[in-house]
Amino acid sequence: MKRIPLYLLLTSLLAACASEPNKTQPSAQVEDRTQASKSAQSGDSTRPLVPPQQQGVNPLKDPSNILSKRSVFYDYDSFEVKPEYKSMVEAHGNYLASHPQAKVFLQGNTDERGSREYNLALGQKRADGVRKMVSLMGAKPEQTESVSFGEEKPRAECHEESCWSQNRRTDIVYQGE
Amino acid sequence: MRPIHCNSFGYLLALLLSAVTYNAHAALTIEITGGATLQIPVAIAPFIGEDGYPDKLSKVIAADLARSGLFKLIDTAGMPVPRTPADVRVNDWKAKGVSALAIGTIVAQAGGRLDVQFRLIDTVRQDAAQVIQLAGYSLPTNAAQLRLTAHQIADIIFEKLTGNPGAFATRIAYITKRGAIHELQIADSDGYNAQTVLSSREPIISPAWSPDGTKLAYVAFDQKKPIVYVQMLASGKRQTIANFKGNNSAPAWSPDGRQLAVVLSRDGLAQIYTINADGSGLKRLTTSASIDTEPNWSPDGKYLLFTSDRGGSPQIYRMPAYGGEAVRLTFEGSYNVTPRYSPDGKSFAFIRRDGGKFRVAMQDIISGQVQVLTDNSLDESPSWAPNGKMILYATQVLGRGVLAAVSSDGRVKQKLSSQVGDVREPAWGPLLKPKL
Repeated sequence: MKRIPLYLLLTSLLAACASEPNKTQPSAQVEDRTQASKSAQSGDSTRPLVPPQQQGVNPLKDPSNILSKRSVFYDYDSFEVKPEYKSMVEAHGNYLASHPQAKVFLQGNTDERGSREYNLALGQKRADGVRKMVSLMGAKPEQTESVSFGEEKPRAECHEESCWSQNRRTDIVYQGE
Repeated sequence: MRPIHCNSFGYLLALLLSAVTYNAHAALTIEITGGATLQIPVAIAPFIGEDGYPDKLSKVIAADLARSGLFKLIDTAGMPVPRTPADVRVNDWKAKGVSALAIGTIVAQAGGRLDVQFRLIDTVRQDAAQVIQLAGYSLPTNAAQLRLTAHQIADIIFEKLTGNPGAFATRIAYITKRGAIHELQIADSDGYNAQTVLSSREPIISPAWSPDGTKLAYVAFDQKKPIVYVQMLASGKRQTIANFKGNNSAPAWSPDGRQLAVVLSRDGLAQIYTINADGSGLKRLTTSASIDTEPNWSPDGKYLLFTSDRGGSPQIYRMPAYGGEAVRLTFEGSYNVTPRYSPDGKSFAFIRRDGGKFRVAMQDIISGQVQVLTDNSLDESPSWAPNGKMILYATQVLGRGVLAAVSSDGRVKQKLSSQVGDVREPAWGPLLKPKL
C-alpha cells in the first residue's frame, strides 16, 4: 500500500524533469507534419525559417509547430535516427542557427536491459548523434550539449516492450524550459 | 596457538558514528538456492561465554559456513560442550557424522577487551588417543566487533577444510531504490550491519571499493548529470574526482589504489581515461569513434578489460593499462558487456545476452572457453568475492531488483533480498585486514 504513492511521486518527479517538453504532446510519437517539415528542409540556413516569437506565439510551445516535437525514438540497441524524425531534428537545427541565444540539451536515454554503464554510453551516443545533426544545420557548438541518463530515468516503468520503446529516446530540451 | 591481532575497532566505531542509519539486523536476507553436491559435515559447538552477548559467535560462524553451500552443519544439541581439546570425545562426534568440530571460549580482559580462543578439531582421525588440532587461534576483539571475529573464524575454518581462503570477513556495497530515494549502502557479507553511505533523490550507480576497503568511488546524478566521486567511509567526506563536460562514470581502481580508470564523454562519445586518486593527472587511454566503457584492471595492474562497440556490437576487449592496441576477447553472441577480472587474473566474469536473456558468464583468458553460470533473464553487474569463489550480481525477480550470487563453478547459488524496494549494483569489498 505504501509503495503506490511513492511510485506515483517518482513518476511525477521524473515527468517534471525529463519529460517537460512533452507536456503538450500526449502522444510520444512524432507525426509527420508535412508543411512544417517541407519548410524546414527547403530552407537556407542563413535565413531564419521560423520567425522568433511571432505575434507572441512561442514556436517551441506551439503544438501545430514541428518545434514542439522534442523526442527521437530508437530501435533496440540502435543509435540511428530513423527517417521519420529527421525533419523534426533539422527544424531544431534551423531554429538554433537562427536563434544564436538559444541553447539545447540533448538528453539520451535507453531501456533498462543490459549494463547500466553501457546504457549510459549508448544514451550518450544517441544524444550525440542528434547533436551532430543539429550542428550540421548550423547550430554552434556552444549552443548544444549532449548528456545521457542511460537507463536511470525511465519515462515508462513497466518491464516490457511497451515501456522500453518509450525509454529508448533522445529528448531535445531548451535551456530555461 | 597463533594469534591474530585485530585493532580496527576505532575504524568501525567511526563508521558507525558517521552512518546515517545503523541497522543491527540483516538488511539483506540470504538464502541458498543451490548447494554443492559434496558438503563437508562440520559442527560448531557453543562458545563458552557467548551467551553474554547479543550475537552468539557459534551461530554466526555456522550461518556463514552453511551459506557457502560447501558445508553441512551438524546440530550440536544434546552433546556436551567441550572446553578444551582434551574434553572432545572424538568418537561421539564421529558417530554423528561430523568430520571437524570447532570449539571456543570468550575470555573477558581488562578495559572491555575480549579474547576469543578457538580451535578446530579433526573428528575423523585420532593420533594415539590425542585429538588432532587443525587450527588454533586467539583473536583479540571487543563486544562491538564480535561478528567480525566470528566471520574471521569462519574464514579460517573454510580455508582449513576446503584449501581456499574464505571471504566472510568482508563487506558489500550496493544501491537500494525505495520509491524516489536512491541509497548507497554497505553491509557485512552476511547482510548484517547495513549502513547508508549516501542518500539521494537522483540515481547512484557503479560503486567501487578502493583496494584497502576504506573508500568507495561511485557515480551520482545529484548535479543532474553523472559525476564520479570518492567517499571516505570513516569520515563520510567526499571528493569530486571527475566532473568534466558530458558524462563522467564507470570508476575502476587500479590495484595499487593510486589511480582510477574513468569514462568521460567530454570529447563526444564515452572514452576511457585514467586519473590520479586525488583527481589530478587526467590521461586519455582510448581514441575510438565508438563507445569504450566499463574499464576493469587486471590484478597485476598491467591490463584493462573494457566494453566497446567498435566492431558493431558491444564486445569485450583488453588493452595495456598505459594505453595501446586493444585485442577483442569475446566473439560469441552480439552483446557481451561488464568484464570483471577474477582475483587470480586467469579469467573474467561478464554479462552475455543469449536469445534475449542476460546472464552471468565466465571466460578463460588464455583458452577463450566460456561457461554460462546462471539461467536468469536480466542479470547485471557481476562482482567477484576476493577469494575468487563466488560472483555477486544483480538480477530481477518478479520485476523487483535483487542481488544474487553464484559460485565460479556454477553449483552454489544464493539469493539476497531486501524487505523493501529494489537492490542493485553490488560490489564485493576486499577482506577486512586486521591492523597490527
